[in-house]
Parts: sequence; C-alpha cells; structure tokens
Amino acid sequence: MNSEKISKGLLLAASFVILLITTGMVLSLVSGSIPVFSKLGFHFIFSSAWNPTEGREDYGALPFIAGTIITSILALLIAFPLAFSTSLFIGEYFRGKWFAKVLGTLVDLLAGIPSIVYGLWGFYVLRPFIVDMGLSSQGYGIFTSGLILAIMIIPYATSISTEIISMVPNDLKEAAYSLGSTKFEVIFNVIVPSARSGIFASYILAFGRAMGETMAVTMLIGNTNAIPSGLFDTGNTMASVIANQFGEADGLKLSALIAIGLLLFVITALINAAGKFIIKKFS
Amino acid sequence: MQAIVSQIGRNTYRTRKNKFFLGMVVFFSMLTILPILLIIYKLIAKGIHQINLSFFTESAPDTLEAMTALNNGEVIPGGILNGITGTLFMVILASIMAIPIGIMIGIYLYENAEKRFANLIRDISDVMQGVPSIVLGLISYIWIVKNVTGGYSALAGATALGIMMLPLIIRSTEETLKMIPQSIKEAAFALGVPYHKVMLRVLIPSSLSGLLTGILLAISRVLGETAPLMLTALGSPVVNLQIDSPTSAVPLLIWEFYNDPNMVDLIWSSSLFLMGFVLALNLISKRIAAKST
Repeated sequence: MNSEKISKGLLLAASFVILLITTGMVLSLVSGSIPVFSKLGFHFIFSSAWNPTEGREDYGALPFIAGTIITSILALLIAFPLAFSTSLFIGEYFRGKWFAKVLGTLVDLLAGIPSIVYGLWGFYVLRPFIVDMGLSSQGYGIFTSGLILAIMIIPYATSISTEIISMVPNDLKEAAYSLGSTKFEVIFNVIVPSARSGIFASYILAFGRAMGETMAVTMLIGNTNAIPSGLFDTGNTMASVIANQFGEADGLKLSALIAIGLLLFVITALINAAGKFIIKKFS
Repeated sequence: MQAIVSQIGRNTYRTRKNKFFLGMVVFFSMLTILPILLIIYKLIAKGIHQINLSFFTESAPDTLEAMTALNNGEVIPGGILNGITGTLFMVILASIMAIPIGIMIGIYLYENAEKRFANLIRDISDVMQGVPSIVLGLISYIWIVKNVTGGYSALAGATALGIMMLPLIIRSTEETLKMIPQSIKEAAFALGVPYHKVMLRVLIPSSLSGLLTGILLAISRVLGETAPLMLTALGSPVVNLQIDSPTSAVPLLIWEFYNDPNMVDLIWSSSLFLMGFVLALNLISKRIAAKST
C-alpha cells in the first residue's frame, strides 16, 4: 500500500517537471525581455528601427513580425492545393491502394528532412531556378522562403487532413452516390463539409510550424531588417533574425532578441492551442 | 424531349467536371512528391563521391587544408567525426534527460486520464510540441550557457534537444498505453501485484515496441536540429566529450561548411549522411510500429 503511494507520488512529481519547465520558460523569456521593453516601451513592437550603435540603440520587431506572417501565409497558400489534393488522393480516391501508401510514405519523408538540408537545397536549386525565371535578380526573398516553407509544411497539413477525410462515414458518401452524385460532388457536398473543421485545424497547425522554422528561411530570405515591400523583396522573420543576430549579441540587443523569441513563443502557442482546440471540439 | 437533352447536357458537364478534378488531384499529388525526389537525387549525386572511410574517422578539415586540396583538384581531406560524436553525445544526454521523465508523465496521464491536472499537463505538452526550436535554444542559452556552464556547452545543446523531445515522448507513451487492454492490468492487480511492479513488469513491457517507436521518432526529430545548437553548443573543431565545453554536431558542421567557400563541397556529403541517418531511424521506427500492430 505504501509503495503504491510512493509510485503514484513519483508519477505526479514527474508531471510537475513539464509544468515547471513551461512556466520557467515563460518567466525567463519575460525577464530577459524586460530591459528592452523598459527602455523602448511598446514602441518596440510597432517600430521598424534596428540600430545597434552604442548610445543610439533602437530596436523594433515590426519588420520581423511582418516577415514571419507574410512568409507563413504565402507558404500556406502554396501548400494548400498540394496538401489538399494529396489528402484526397490518399484518403479518398485511392484509399488503401499500394501507390497511395507509397505516396503517403514519401510525403512523410518530407517531414524527416532536416531544416538545414531544405535550406541548402533551396539555396543551390530553388534560388537559381527563381533567378532563371527572371522573378528576382538574386533569388533571395519572401517568395523563395514561402516556397521552401510550403514544401516543409506539406506533410503536417497532409497527415491530419488525410486521417480526417478517410474517417468520413461511408454511409454518408454512399447515400450521396445513390442519389446520382459524382465523386466531385460527394467530395464538396459530403466530405468537405463533414471534415471541414479537422482540415481547417490541420492547416492552422501547419501555419504554426511555418512560423517557427529557422534555418531554411535564414538561408533564403536575404536577411534585411525592413518591412518587405513586395513578394520578391528580401526581409527577415522572427526566427531568422534571432539565428542571424545572436552571435554578436549582448546587452540591449540580446534583450531585444529574447523579446522577439517571447513574441514568437506567444504567437505560436496561441496558434497551436487554437488548432488543438478545434480538433478536440469537432472530432 | 427538350428536357431530356438538357438533362444529358448537364450530365456530361458534371462528369467532365468530375474527371477534370480527378486530373487536378493526381497532378498536384505528383507535384507534392517532386521535391523529395529532387532533394534525394541532388544529395546523392553531389555527395556520394565525398563519402569514404576517412569521412567517418577524421575530424573536419580546417579551411586551409580544404583550400589546398581544392586548388590541387583533390577530394577534400578529413571527415565529420567531430560532428558525429557531438551529435551522438548530445542526443544521448538529451535522451537521458527526456526519456525517463517523459515516460513517467505519459504513465501519469494514462492513469489519471480524466483528472483536471492531467488535462492541464496534456494541454501544456501539446503547446510545448509546437514551440519553435529556436526559442528552446534561447531558453537553454539563458538557463545553461549563462548560469550553469558559463559558456557554450554540450549540456546546453542537450538541454534544448531534451526539452524538444519531452512532449513527443509524453504523448507517444500515453497513446501507446491506451492501446493495451485494461484486462491485462486488472489481472495483475487481482493477483495482488504491487502498483510499481504493475507499471514496470506489465505496462511497460507490453507497450515496449510502441514506446521504442515514440523514442526513435523523437530522436529522429531532434537529430537534424541546427538552430537551437547554434545558440547553445556552438561547435568545435575537435572531438569533444566534455559536457561543459562547446561541441560540434553534424548539422552545425553543415552550417560551417556552407559559410566557408573552401569547404562548401562538404555540405552535400554531410547532408546526405544526416538525412540518411534521420530517414533510417524514421523507417525503423515505422517498421517496429507496423510489426507490433
């Protein structure tokens, strides 16, 4: 009886560890960003200054917030038709067929490729391709980053929506077929409406993934600290500016980078919580 | 008559739309797998000639050695031993930190599935799973680099990787345990087996393959991480097995090679090795999972 209490206590204690880590993370990030917020106030979030010169230090996170949101939305727009088609291919059209399984495995492999390898491939293959197409002179920028991010998030968007699409009850589909519906009509009148929230949630989660990606974006976005003015302009994301500027950072600059990390943490946590909430609520 | 003709007309329009959509689905699905084939092809085509025995047994060359070899048109000497040992060292440290605790938390969630506190822990680990790895790098920098080891270190790198692994292991443990029939556990309790023995002798052994799958997937997820290590382990030109000194890792070496024009040829072989390693772990874990169900 006593040993039971001890083991249960141990399990409970272990659970407190992750609670401690998470609260510790939030506290450390907040306390690390206090210097920059106390010196610059909320101006920090809405300013696009980035001046590390001693004595005239001024930092703003707006260009990076903008860069993160623009590249991630672009990635989502590019990934959507690809991921949606792939989930229909695997989960509906060719469900259970061997080539659907091969396709599923290949898409899963995309999730296993390290971010830095995507970056290299983007730099040596995608970037020259974009230059050859005449889209931009150097090939760096928002569009290139969005494209590589789209490839990276496809497996995340695909895996959950495939599962949800293949879970749509057969009798619903059969009822529609018996009324003379075509496959296309079944997909858009039966499958999509009943799997809508799950599909939506999987894209939200993929969006959260895209926002936090670091290496591939760092290698392709061009790293300029200004709000991008167009699709082929260079920029920086919250993650890439941390990776880029961290090496030479101390004092107020370090605090600014930690504050950007805090913002990134809060935004991705909210997006993830929303995605998980939708999945839990509707499935 | 008129009505029938228009009926047929609509039908062909509908079937055409149906066929067109199927064509789009197949086209876009093929487009989706194009990048993975292109990436694998590129890595093999450019990287395979650099992989030889010394690639695994020697540390990375310095930029001068690489430049001489480059000028003489030879294969760049040296290898990525310091990266391989560093990666293994940090992954092992991270596993020691994350696996026992993660499994314990997973068991707690399974045992107290409906409790409020368990729901809170579950939500927290879900949120932690989505935290960008670079943020974990920042955290480990603040905690370990600044306050524990007083400089860049293997321990700091391992901490970042460990925090990343933890939620993955928690959720996979819980999901695996859920699939064990309740009756097995109840049978053990009915025989009067004490609680901790039921955990260690019944729950864990009967879910071993599932746990292993989760662990291997978590490891394969952190193996390729670069960003958090740049902020914590920094890199090292020699093999380092001291937890309080800077340590290299394969992804960190790729980043160094990428930034050094003399060594840029090494990126392909190192990437090929890293990706092969990650994908092999991935496939092994899926094989284990497929066998056990």
